[in-house]
Amino acid sequence: MSDVIDRPILEKEATAATRLRIVDCDIHPSLHSRADLNEFLPKRWQEHLKTYGDHLRTPYIGTTPYPRSSPIICRRDAWPPTGGPPGSDLAFMRKQHLDPYDVEFGILQVLDLFIFSQQNLEFGAAIQRAINEWQLAFWAHRDPRLRASILVGQDDTVAALAEIDRCARTGEYIQINISPRANEPLGRRRYWPIYERAQELGLPLGIHVGGYGGHAPTGGGWPSYYCEEHQSNAHTMAAQLASLVIEGVPERFPALKIVFIEGGFGWIASAMWRMDQHFARFRSEVPHLKRRPSEYVKEHFWFTTQPIDEPDEAKHLRQLIEWVGIERLLFSSDYPHWDYDDARFAFKTPLTEVERKKIFSTNARAVYKL
Amino acid sequence: MARHVVARTSEIPPGGNKVVDIEGRDIVVFHVNGVFFALLNRCPHEGAPLDKAACVARLTSPEPGVYNRSRVGEMLRCPWHGWEFDMRDGQSWFDPKRFKVRSYPVVVESGEELVEGMAKGPYVAETFPVVVEDSYVIVET
Repeated sequence: MSDVIDRPILEKEATAATRLRIVDCDIHPSLHSRADLNEFLPKRWQEHLKTYGDHLRTPYIGTTPYPRSSPIICRRDAWPPTGGPPGSDLAFMRKQHLDPYDVEFGILQVLDLFIFSQQNLEFGAAIQRAINEWQLAFWAHRDPRLRASILVGQDDTVAALAEIDRCARTGEYIQINISPRANEPLGRRRYWPIYERAQELGLPLGIHVGGYGGHAPTGGGWPSYYCEEHQSNAHTMAAQLASLVIEGVPERFPALKIVFIEGGFGWIASAMWRMDQHFARFRSEVPHLKRRPSEYVKEHFWFTTQPIDEPDEAKHLRQLIEWVGIERLLFSSDYPHWDYDDARFAFKTPLTEVERKKIFSTNARAVYKL
Repeated sequence: MARHVVARTSEIPPGGNKVVDIEGRDIVVFHVNGVFFALLNRCPHEGAPLDKAACVARLTSPEPGVYNRSRVGEMLRCPWHGWEFDMRDGQSWFDPKRFKVRSYPVVVESGEELVEGMAKGPYVAETFPVVVEDSYVIVET
Protein backbone atom coordinates (compact mmCIF):
# COMPACT_ATOMS: atom_id res chain seq x y z
CA MET A 1 0.00 0.00 0.00
CA SER A 2 1.56 3.28 -1.01
CA ASP A 3 -1.05 5.78 0.13
CA VAL A 4 -0.09 7.70 3.21
CA ILE A 5 -2.88 7.35 5.73
CA ASP A 6 -3.34 10.54 7.68
CA ARG A 7 -6.75 9.85 9.13
CA PRO A 8 -8.40 6.81 10.70
CA ILE A 9 -9.20 4.50 7.84
CA LEU A 10 -12.68 3.20 7.11
CA GLU A 11 -14.07 6.39 8.54
CA LYS A 12 -17.13 6.14 6.31
CA GLU A 13 -18.19 3.00 8.10
CA ALA A 14 -18.00 4.78 11.43
CA THR A 15 -21.49 6.17 11.09
CA ALA A 16 -22.95 2.71 10.65
CA ALA A 17 -20.96 1.30 13.57
CA THR A 18 -21.89 4.04 15.96
CA ARG A 19 -25.55 3.82 15.00
CA LEU A 20 -25.46 0.18 15.97
CA ARG A 21 -25.78 -0.44 19.70
CA ILE A 22 -22.94 -2.75 20.59
CA VAL A 23 -22.24 -5.53 23.03
CA ASP A 24 -18.73 -5.25 24.42
CA CYS A 25 -17.65 -8.63 25.77
CA ASP A 26 -14.54 -7.48 27.62
CA ILE A 27 -14.62 -4.50 29.96
CA HIS A 28 -12.29 -4.37 32.95
CA PRO A 29 -13.65 -2.69 36.05
CA SER A 30 -11.09 -2.01 38.73
CA LEU A 31 -11.09 -1.62 42.49
CA HIS A 32 -10.60 2.00 43.53
CA SER A 33 -8.71 0.58 46.45
CA ARG A 34 -8.61 -2.81 48.12
CA ALA A 35 -10.69 -1.35 50.94
CA ASP A 36 -13.65 -1.51 48.50
CA LEU A 37 -13.73 -5.24 49.23
CA ASN A 38 -13.92 -4.89 53.01
CA GLU A 39 -17.69 -4.93 53.14
CA PHE A 40 -17.68 -8.28 51.33
CA LEU A 41 -14.67 -9.83 53.02
CA PRO A 42 -14.73 -11.40 56.51
CA LYS A 43 -12.47 -9.67 59.04
CA ARG A 44 -10.21 -12.72 59.13
CA TRP A 45 -9.37 -12.35 55.43
CA GLN A 46 -9.09 -8.58 55.56
CA GLU A 47 -6.41 -9.10 58.21
CA HIS A 48 -4.78 -11.77 56.11
CA LEU A 49 -4.62 -9.49 53.07
CA LYS A 50 -3.14 -6.70 55.18
CA THR A 51 -0.60 -8.89 56.93
CA TYR A 52 0.45 -11.40 54.28
CA GLY A 53 -0.65 -9.80 51.03
CA ASP A 54 -1.76 -11.84 48.06
CA HIS A 55 0.51 -14.39 46.44
CA LEU A 56 0.02 -15.67 42.94
CA ARG A 57 1.64 -18.71 41.38
CA THR A 58 4.51 -16.60 40.06
CA PRO A 59 7.79 -15.56 41.66
CA TYR A 60 6.86 -11.87 41.52
CA ILE A 61 4.97 -9.98 44.20
CA GLY A 62 3.08 -6.75 43.67
CA THR A 63 4.01 -6.50 40.01
CA THR A 64 3.76 -8.40 36.76
CA PRO A 65 6.68 -10.57 35.68
CA TYR A 66 7.09 -8.43 32.55
CA PRO A 67 7.12 -4.63 32.34
CA ARG A 68 3.96 -3.58 30.50
CA SER A 69 3.99 -0.90 27.83
CA SER A 70 2.13 1.60 30.00
CA PRO A 71 1.38 2.01 33.70
CA ILE A 72 -0.81 -0.86 34.96
CA ILE A 73 -1.40 -1.94 31.34
CA CYS A 74 -3.80 0.96 30.75
CA ARG A 75 -4.60 3.60 28.18
CA ARG A 76 -2.93 6.84 29.21
CA ASP A 77 -6.18 8.73 28.71
CA ALA A 78 -8.23 6.37 30.91
CA TRP A 79 -7.11 7.64 34.32
CA PRO A 80 -10.22 9.12 35.94
CA PRO A 81 -9.97 12.85 36.76
CA THR A 82 -11.33 12.02 40.21
CA GLY A 83 -8.32 9.81 41.00
CA GLY A 84 -7.99 6.06 41.33
CA PRO A 85 -6.83 3.63 38.65
CA PRO A 86 -8.38 3.34 35.17
CA GLY A 87 -11.66 1.44 35.23
CA SER A 88 -12.40 2.35 38.86
CA ASP A 89 -14.82 5.24 38.26
CA LEU A 90 -18.19 4.32 36.75
CA ALA A 91 -19.06 7.91 35.81
CA PHE A 92 -15.82 8.26 33.84
CA MET A 93 -16.26 4.83 32.24
CA ARG A 94 -19.69 5.92 31.06
CA LYS A 95 -18.39 9.20 29.69
CA GLN A 96 -15.32 7.75 27.98
CA HIS A 97 -16.60 4.41 26.76
CA LEU A 98 -20.17 3.24 27.45
CA ASP A 99 -22.02 6.34 26.23
CA PRO A 100 -20.02 7.47 23.18
CA TYR A 101 -19.81 3.95 21.77
CA ASP A 102 -23.45 3.24 22.54
CA VAL A 103 -22.67 0.09 24.52
CA GLU A 104 -25.93 -1.76 25.05
CA PHE A 105 -24.34 -4.45 27.23
CA GLY A 106 -20.83 -4.55 28.66
CA ILE A 107 -19.54 -7.78 30.12
CA LEU A 108 -17.30 -7.33 33.13
CA GLN A 109 -14.03 -9.23 33.35
CA VAL A 110 -12.32 -8.66 36.68
CA LEU A 111 -8.57 -9.11 36.91
CA ASP A 112 -7.98 -7.46 40.29
CA LEU A 113 -6.26 -9.77 42.78
CA PHE A 114 -6.39 -12.43 40.10
CA ILE A 115 -8.44 -14.85 42.15
CA PHE A 116 -7.79 -17.77 39.79
CA SER A 117 -4.09 -17.95 40.63
CA GLN A 118 -4.02 -17.33 44.37
CA GLN A 119 -1.67 -19.80 46.03
CA ASN A 120 -3.63 -19.84 49.28
CA LEU A 121 -6.81 -21.57 48.16
CA GLU A 122 -8.89 -20.56 51.18
CA PHE A 123 -7.90 -16.94 50.73
CA GLY A 124 -8.68 -17.33 47.02
CA ALA A 125 -12.16 -18.63 47.83
CA ALA A 126 -12.85 -15.68 50.16
CA ILE A 127 -11.57 -13.19 47.61
CA GLN A 128 -13.55 -14.69 44.73
CA ARG A 129 -16.73 -14.36 46.72
CA ALA A 130 -15.91 -10.75 47.66
CA ILE A 131 -15.07 -9.87 44.05
CA ASN A 132 -18.27 -11.47 42.77
CA GLU A 133 -20.36 -9.48 45.26
CA TRP A 134 -18.45 -6.29 44.51
CA GLN A 135 -19.21 -6.67 40.78
CA LEU A 136 -22.92 -6.52 41.52
CA ALA A 137 -22.86 -3.83 44.20
CA PHE A 138 -20.37 -1.47 42.55
CA TRP A 139 -21.15 -2.06 38.87
CA ALA A 140 -24.10 -4.14 37.69
CA HIS A 141 -26.53 -2.64 40.20
CA ARG A 142 -25.38 0.87 39.39
CA ASP A 143 -25.53 0.54 35.61
CA PRO A 144 -27.93 -2.00 34.08
CA ARG A 145 -25.78 -2.22 30.94
CA LEU A 146 -22.97 -3.89 32.86
CA ARG A 147 -23.20 -7.64 33.41
CA ALA A 148 -21.22 -9.59 35.98
CA SER A 149 -19.38 -12.91 35.64
CA ILE A 150 -18.97 -15.57 38.32
CA LEU A 151 -15.21 -15.75 38.90
CA VAL A 152 -13.97 -19.04 40.28
CA GLY A 153 -10.54 -20.50 40.83
CA GLN A 154 -10.92 -23.90 39.21
CA ASP A 155 -8.05 -25.58 41.04
CA ASP A 156 -10.21 -25.71 44.17
CA THR A 157 -13.13 -27.31 42.38
CA VAL A 158 -15.25 -27.82 45.49
CA ALA A 159 -15.05 -24.15 46.47
CA ALA A 160 -15.64 -23.19 42.84
CA LEU A 161 -18.87 -25.19 42.67
CA ALA A 162 -20.13 -23.72 45.94
CA GLU A 163 -19.48 -20.20 44.66
CA ILE A 164 -21.11 -20.93 41.30
CA ASP A 165 -24.23 -22.18 43.07
CA ARG A 166 -24.33 -19.21 45.43
CA CYS A 167 -24.04 -16.71 42.58
CA ALA A 168 -26.35 -18.59 40.21
CA ARG A 169 -29.16 -18.41 42.77
CA THR A 170 -29.19 -14.62 42.39
CA GLY A 171 -29.91 -14.98 38.67
CA GLU A 172 -27.75 -11.92 38.03
CA TYR A 173 -24.58 -13.34 36.52
CA ILE A 174 -24.24 -14.14 32.84
CA GLN A 175 -21.21 -16.44 32.68
CA ILE A 176 -18.73 -18.48 34.71
CA ASN A 177 -15.11 -17.34 34.42
CA ILE A 178 -12.12 -19.61 34.87
CA SER A 179 -8.48 -19.03 33.96
CA PRO A 180 -6.69 -20.50 30.94
CA ARG A 181 -3.60 -20.98 33.11
CA ALA A 182 -4.41 -23.46 35.83
CA ASN A 183 -2.49 -26.32 37.41
CA GLU A 184 -3.43 -28.64 34.55
CA PRO A 185 -4.73 -28.25 31.00
CA LEU A 186 -8.40 -27.30 31.01
CA GLY A 187 -9.62 -30.49 29.39
CA ARG A 188 -8.51 -32.61 32.38
CA ARG A 189 -11.29 -34.36 34.26
CA ARG A 190 -10.60 -32.67 37.59
CA TYR A 191 -12.28 -29.59 36.08
CA TRP A 192 -15.27 -31.39 34.58
CA PRO A 193 -17.60 -30.81 37.55
CA ILE A 194 -17.40 -27.09 36.74
CA TYR A 195 -18.30 -27.74 33.10
CA GLU A 196 -21.14 -29.97 34.16
CA ARG A 197 -22.54 -27.26 36.42
CA ALA A 198 -22.14 -24.61 33.72
CA GLN A 199 -24.13 -26.80 31.35
CA GLU A 200 -26.84 -27.45 33.93
CA LEU A 201 -27.18 -23.76 34.66
CA GLY A 202 -27.04 -22.77 30.99
CA LEU A 203 -24.21 -20.34 31.72
CA PRO A 204 -21.37 -19.96 29.19
CA LEU A 205 -17.86 -20.61 30.36
CA GLY A 206 -15.73 -17.45 29.85
CA ILE A 207 -11.99 -17.91 29.65
CA HIS A 208 -9.99 -14.66 29.67
CA VAL A 209 -6.26 -14.69 28.90
CA GLY A 210 -3.69 -14.31 31.64
CA GLY A 211 -3.00 -15.91 34.95
CA TYR A 212 -0.29 -17.95 36.56
CA GLY A 213 -0.75 -21.68 36.70
CA GLY A 214 2.67 -22.27 38.18
CA HIS A 215 4.13 -23.07 34.76
CA ALA A 216 6.10 -21.02 32.25
CA PRO A 217 3.65 -19.05 30.10
CA THR A 218 4.83 -20.73 26.90
CA GLY A 219 5.48 -24.34 26.01
CA GLY A 220 9.03 -23.20 25.20
CA GLY A 221 9.78 -21.79 28.65
CA TRP A 222 10.09 -18.30 30.08
CA PRO A 223 10.09 -15.42 27.56
CA SER A 224 12.60 -12.59 27.91
CA TYR A 225 10.46 -9.62 26.92
CA TYR A 226 6.90 -8.34 27.32
CA CYS A 227 6.73 -8.16 23.54
CA GLU A 228 7.51 -11.86 23.48
CA GLU A 229 5.38 -12.84 26.46
CA HIS A 230 2.35 -11.08 24.96
CA GLN A 231 2.38 -13.66 22.12
CA SER A 232 1.86 -16.39 24.69
CA ASN A 233 -1.75 -15.32 25.28
CA ALA A 234 -2.64 -16.80 21.91
CA HIS A 235 -0.38 -19.85 22.42
CA THR A 236 -2.06 -20.63 25.74
CA MET A 237 -5.51 -20.33 24.22
CA ALA A 238 -4.52 -22.61 21.33
CA ALA A 239 -3.24 -25.20 23.81
CA GLN A 240 -6.47 -25.00 25.82
CA LEU A 241 -8.65 -25.26 22.72
CA ALA A 242 -6.87 -28.51 21.82
CA SER A 243 -7.09 -29.77 25.40
CA LEU A 244 -10.80 -29.06 25.79
CA VAL A 245 -11.74 -30.51 22.41
CA ILE A 246 -9.49 -33.56 22.39
CA GLU A 247 -10.10 -34.53 26.01
CA GLY A 248 -13.74 -34.61 24.94
CA VAL A 249 -15.34 -31.77 26.93
CA PRO A 250 -17.78 -30.67 24.19
CA GLU A 251 -18.54 -34.32 23.41
CA ARG A 252 -19.34 -35.00 27.08
CA PHE A 253 -21.23 -31.70 27.62
CA PRO A 254 -23.11 -31.10 24.36
CA ALA A 255 -24.91 -27.97 25.57
CA LEU A 256 -21.80 -26.27 26.99
CA LYS A 257 -20.86 -22.90 25.47
CA ILE A 258 -17.27 -21.69 25.79
CA VAL A 259 -16.08 -18.14 25.12
CA PHE A 260 -12.36 -17.44 24.68
CA ILE A 261 -11.69 -13.86 25.68
CA GLU A 262 -8.78 -11.68 24.52
CA GLY A 263 -6.97 -14.49 22.74
CA GLY A 264 -7.62 -12.99 19.30
CA PHE A 265 -8.76 -15.23 16.47
CA GLY A 266 -6.01 -15.31 13.84
CA TRP A 267 -4.69 -18.70 14.99
CA ILE A 268 -7.99 -20.59 15.14
CA ALA A 269 -8.30 -21.70 11.53
CA SER A 270 -4.87 -23.29 11.58
CA ALA A 271 -5.60 -24.97 14.93
CA MET A 272 -8.80 -26.48 13.51
CA TRP A 273 -7.12 -27.69 10.32
CA ARG A 274 -4.30 -29.27 12.26
CA MET A 275 -6.59 -31.00 14.75
CA ASP A 276 -8.73 -32.37 11.93
CA GLN A 277 -5.69 -33.61 10.04
CA HIS A 278 -4.35 -35.44 13.08
CA PHE A 279 -7.78 -36.74 14.00
CA ALA A 280 -8.08 -38.30 10.55
CA ARG A 281 -4.93 -40.31 11.18
CA PHE A 282 -5.11 -40.95 14.94
CA ARG A 283 -8.79 -41.20 15.71
CA SER A 284 -8.27 -44.69 17.17
CA GLU A 285 -6.21 -43.05 19.92
CA VAL A 286 -9.14 -40.80 20.91
CA PRO A 287 -12.22 -42.95 20.27
CA HIS A 288 -14.27 -40.82 22.68
CA LEU A 289 -14.42 -38.16 19.95
CA LYS A 290 -17.33 -38.82 17.61
CA ARG A 291 -16.81 -35.91 15.26
CA ARG A 292 -13.97 -33.95 13.69
CA PRO A 293 -12.43 -31.48 16.16
CA SER A 294 -13.36 -28.47 14.01
CA GLU A 295 -17.03 -29.43 14.27
CA TYR A 296 -16.87 -29.11 18.04
CA VAL A 297 -15.10 -25.77 17.72
CA LYS A 298 -17.71 -24.42 15.32
CA GLU A 299 -20.56 -25.42 17.58
CA HIS A 300 -19.30 -24.86 21.13
CA PHE A 301 -16.72 -22.07 21.01
CA TRP A 302 -16.89 -18.32 20.50
CA PHE A 303 -13.97 -15.91 20.33
CA THR A 304 -13.80 -12.24 21.26
CA THR A 305 -12.12 -10.09 18.64
CA GLN A 306 -9.60 -7.99 20.57
CA PRO A 307 -6.64 -7.72 20.11
CA ILE A 308 -7.56 -7.82 16.46
CA ASP A 309 -4.92 -8.97 14.01
CA GLU A 310 -3.51 -6.25 11.79
CA PRO A 311 -2.04 -7.83 8.66
CA ASP A 312 -0.35 -5.46 6.21
CA GLU A 313 -3.07 -6.16 3.68
CA ALA A 314 -6.65 -5.66 4.84
CA LYS A 315 -7.92 -8.51 2.65
CA HIS A 316 -5.97 -10.95 4.80
CA LEU A 317 -7.99 -9.92 7.86
CA ARG A 318 -11.12 -10.58 5.83
CA GLN A 319 -9.77 -14.05 5.07
CA LEU A 320 -9.10 -14.77 8.77
CA ILE A 321 -12.65 -13.74 9.65
CA GLU A 322 -14.13 -16.01 7.01
CA TRP A 323 -11.98 -18.97 8.05
CA VAL A 324 -13.17 -18.75 11.65
CA GLY A 325 -16.72 -17.79 10.66
CA ILE A 326 -18.62 -14.56 11.37
CA GLU A 327 -20.93 -16.51 13.72
CA ARG A 328 -18.08 -17.32 16.09
CA LEU A 329 -16.87 -13.74 16.70
CA LEU A 330 -17.91 -11.43 19.53
CA PHE A 331 -16.71 -7.83 19.62
CA SER A 332 -14.65 -6.78 22.62
CA SER A 333 -12.79 -3.56 23.41
CA ASP A 334 -10.67 -4.48 26.47
CA TYR A 335 -11.42 -1.03 27.95
CA PRO A 336 -9.42 0.53 29.65
CA HIS A 337 -6.30 -1.43 28.72
CA TRP A 338 -3.65 -0.05 26.39
CA ASP A 339 -4.39 -2.48 23.58
CA TYR A 340 -8.01 -1.33 23.47
CA ASP A 341 -9.87 -1.85 20.19
CA ASP A 342 -12.05 1.04 19.05
CA ALA A 343 -15.43 -0.22 17.79
CA ARG A 344 -15.34 2.29 14.93
CA PHE A 345 -11.88 1.65 13.57
CA ALA A 346 -10.61 -1.76 14.70
CA PHE A 347 -11.92 -3.72 11.71
CA LYS A 348 -9.80 -2.43 8.88
CA THR A 349 -11.61 -4.52 6.31
CA PRO A 350 -15.11 -3.88 4.98
CA LEU A 351 -17.98 -5.71 6.65
CA THR A 352 -21.56 -5.77 5.41
CA GLU A 353 -24.25 -4.37 7.69
CA VAL A 354 -25.41 -7.92 8.44
CA GLU A 355 -21.91 -9.11 9.32
CA ARG A 356 -21.28 -6.07 11.46
CA LYS A 357 -24.50 -6.61 13.35
CA LYS A 358 -23.58 -10.21 14.11
CA ILE A 359 -20.07 -9.44 15.38
CA PHE A 360 -21.03 -6.33 17.33
CA SER A 361 -24.33 -7.46 18.77
CA THR A 362 -26.46 -10.46 17.86
CA ASN A 363 -23.84 -13.20 18.30
CA ALA A 364 -23.16 -12.07 21.88
CA ARG A 365 -26.83 -11.56 22.64
CA ALA A 366 -27.49 -15.16 21.64
CA VAL A 367 -24.54 -16.66 23.56
CA TYR A 368 -25.27 -14.73 26.74
CA LYS A 369 -29.07 -14.64 26.30
CA LEU A 370 -29.08 -10.85 26.62
CA MET B 1 -5.32 29.43 3.49
CA ALA B 2 -7.49 30.39 6.44
CA ARG B 3 -5.79 31.74 9.54
CA HIS B 4 -7.25 30.97 12.96
CA VAL B 5 -6.16 32.72 16.13
CA VAL B 6 -6.46 29.89 18.64
CA ALA B 7 -4.75 30.97 21.85
CA ARG B 8 -2.56 33.43 23.64
CA THR B 9 0.97 32.05 23.79
CA SER B 10 0.78 32.34 27.57
CA GLU B 11 -2.22 30.00 27.63
CA ILE B 12 -0.26 26.90 26.62
CA PRO B 13 2.64 26.24 28.98
CA PRO B 14 5.79 24.47 27.72
CA GLY B 15 5.05 20.76 27.58
CA GLY B 16 1.32 21.46 27.52
CA ASN B 17 -1.27 21.51 24.79
CA LYS B 18 -4.66 22.90 23.89
CA VAL B 19 -7.40 21.26 21.82
CA VAL B 20 -9.27 23.66 19.54
CA ASP B 21 -12.21 23.15 17.22
CA ILE B 22 -11.43 24.57 13.80
CA GLU B 23 -14.27 24.22 11.31
CA GLY B 24 -15.46 21.01 12.97
CA ARG B 25 -12.04 19.42 13.30
CA ASP B 26 -10.37 18.80 16.64
CA ILE B 27 -6.86 20.15 16.34
CA VAL B 28 -4.31 19.90 19.13
CA VAL B 29 -1.68 22.60 19.57
CA PHE B 30 1.48 21.59 21.44
CA HIS B 31 4.07 23.91 22.98
CA VAL B 32 7.67 22.69 23.16
CA ASN B 33 10.37 25.12 24.31
CA GLY B 34 8.79 28.19 22.76
CA VAL B 35 7.77 26.44 19.53
CA PHE B 36 4.17 25.51 18.73
CA PHE B 37 2.96 22.57 16.63
CA ALA B 38 -0.56 21.76 15.46
CA LEU B 39 -1.83 18.27 14.57
CA LEU B 40 -5.18 16.65 13.96
CA ASN B 41 -6.16 15.35 17.40
CA ARG B 42 -6.67 11.76 16.28
CA CYS B 43 -4.31 8.87 15.86
CA PRO B 44 -4.57 7.44 12.30
CA HIS B 45 -4.59 3.93 13.75
CA GLU B 46 -7.79 3.70 15.84
CA GLY B 47 -8.63 7.34 16.52
CA ALA B 48 -7.14 7.88 20.00
CA PRO B 49 -6.99 11.51 21.20
CA LEU B 50 -3.40 12.73 20.79
CA ASP B 51 -3.70 15.46 23.41
CA LYS B 52 -3.37 12.59 25.90
CA ALA B 53 -0.21 11.25 24.21
CA ALA B 54 3.07 11.05 26.07
CA CYS B 55 5.52 13.69 24.81
CA VAL B 56 8.78 11.80 24.66
CA ALA B 57 12.26 12.23 23.24
CA ARG B 58 14.13 10.63 20.40
CA LEU B 59 16.41 7.98 21.83
CA THR B 60 19.34 6.70 19.83
CA SER B 61 22.15 4.38 20.73
CA PRO B 62 25.43 4.40 18.77
CA GLU B 63 26.76 1.44 20.75
CA PRO B 64 25.71 -0.78 23.65
CA GLY B 65 25.54 1.15 26.91
CA VAL B 66 25.51 4.58 25.28
CA TYR B 67 22.16 6.32 24.87
CA ASN B 68 21.46 9.75 23.44
CA ARG B 69 18.27 11.67 24.00
CA SER B 70 17.49 14.38 21.52
CA ARG B 71 14.47 16.43 20.47
CA VAL B 72 13.14 16.14 24.01
CA GLY B 73 9.35 16.52 24.16
CA GLU B 74 8.93 16.58 20.37
CA MET B 75 7.96 12.96 19.82
CA LEU B 76 4.40 11.82 20.50
CA ARG B 77 3.54 8.39 21.82
CA CYS B 78 -0.14 7.58 21.31
CA PRO B 79 -2.02 7.02 24.61
CA TRP B 80 -3.44 3.69 23.42
CA HIS B 81 -1.18 1.46 21.35
CA GLY B 82 1.97 3.55 21.66
CA TRP B 83 2.43 4.45 17.98
CA GLU B 84 5.02 7.23 17.76
CA PHE B 85 4.85 10.37 15.66
CA ASP B 86 7.06 13.38 15.05
CA MET B 87 5.31 16.44 16.42
CA ARG B 88 6.85 18.68 13.73
CA ASP B 89 5.22 17.03 10.73
CA GLY B 90 3.05 14.19 12.08
CA GLN B 91 5.26 11.57 10.43
CA SER B 92 5.25 8.15 12.04
CA TRP B 93 8.60 6.68 13.00
CA PHE B 94 7.65 3.03 12.80
CA ASP B 95 6.18 3.06 9.29
CA PRO B 96 6.88 6.46 7.72
CA LYS B 97 5.77 5.41 4.25
CA ARG B 98 2.24 4.59 5.33
CA PHE B 99 1.27 6.59 8.36
CA LYS B 100 1.23 10.19 9.40
CA VAL B 101 -0.96 12.48 11.45
CA ARG B 102 -2.14 15.53 9.53
CA SER B 103 -0.18 18.56 10.67
CA TYR B 104 -0.89 22.26 10.20
CA PRO B 105 1.46 25.25 9.98
CA VAL B 106 1.58 27.36 13.11
CA VAL B 107 2.87 30.90 13.51
CA VAL B 108 3.17 33.16 16.51
CA GLU B 109 2.46 36.83 16.03
CA SER B 110 2.25 39.71 18.40
CA GLY B 111 -1.13 41.31 18.90
CA GLU B 112 0.21 44.43 17.22
CA GLU B 113 1.16 42.55 14.05
CA LEU B 114 -2.18 40.81 14.02
CA VAL B 115 -4.13 44.06 14.20
CA GLU B 116 -2.01 45.55 11.44
CA GLY B 117 -2.49 42.49 9.27
CA MET B 118 -6.28 42.80 9.29
CA ALA B 119 -7.80 44.03 6.01
CA LYS B 120 -8.69 47.69 6.08
CA GLY B 121 -12.29 48.67 5.45
CA PRO B 122 -13.35 51.76 3.53
CA TYR B 123 -14.49 53.80 6.52
CA VAL B 124 -12.46 55.44 9.20
CA ALA B 125 -14.10 56.11 12.55
CA GLU B 126 -12.83 58.09 15.46
CA THR B 127 -9.99 56.10 16.98
CA PHE B 128 -8.59 55.49 20.41
CA PRO B 129 -5.09 54.23 21.00
CA VAL B 130 -5.04 50.50 21.78
CA VAL B 131 -1.98 48.60 22.90
CA VAL B 132 -1.93 44.87 22.33
CA GLU B 133 0.82 43.45 24.45
CA ASP B 134 0.31 39.72 24.28
CA SER B 135 1.27 37.42 21.43
CA TYR B 136 -0.99 34.84 19.81
CA VAL B 137 -0.81 31.35 18.33
CA ILE B 138 -2.23 31.13 14.81
CA VAL B 139 -3.04 27.84 13.08
CA GLU B 140 -3.26 27.85 9.30
CA THR B 141 -5.61 25.41 7.58
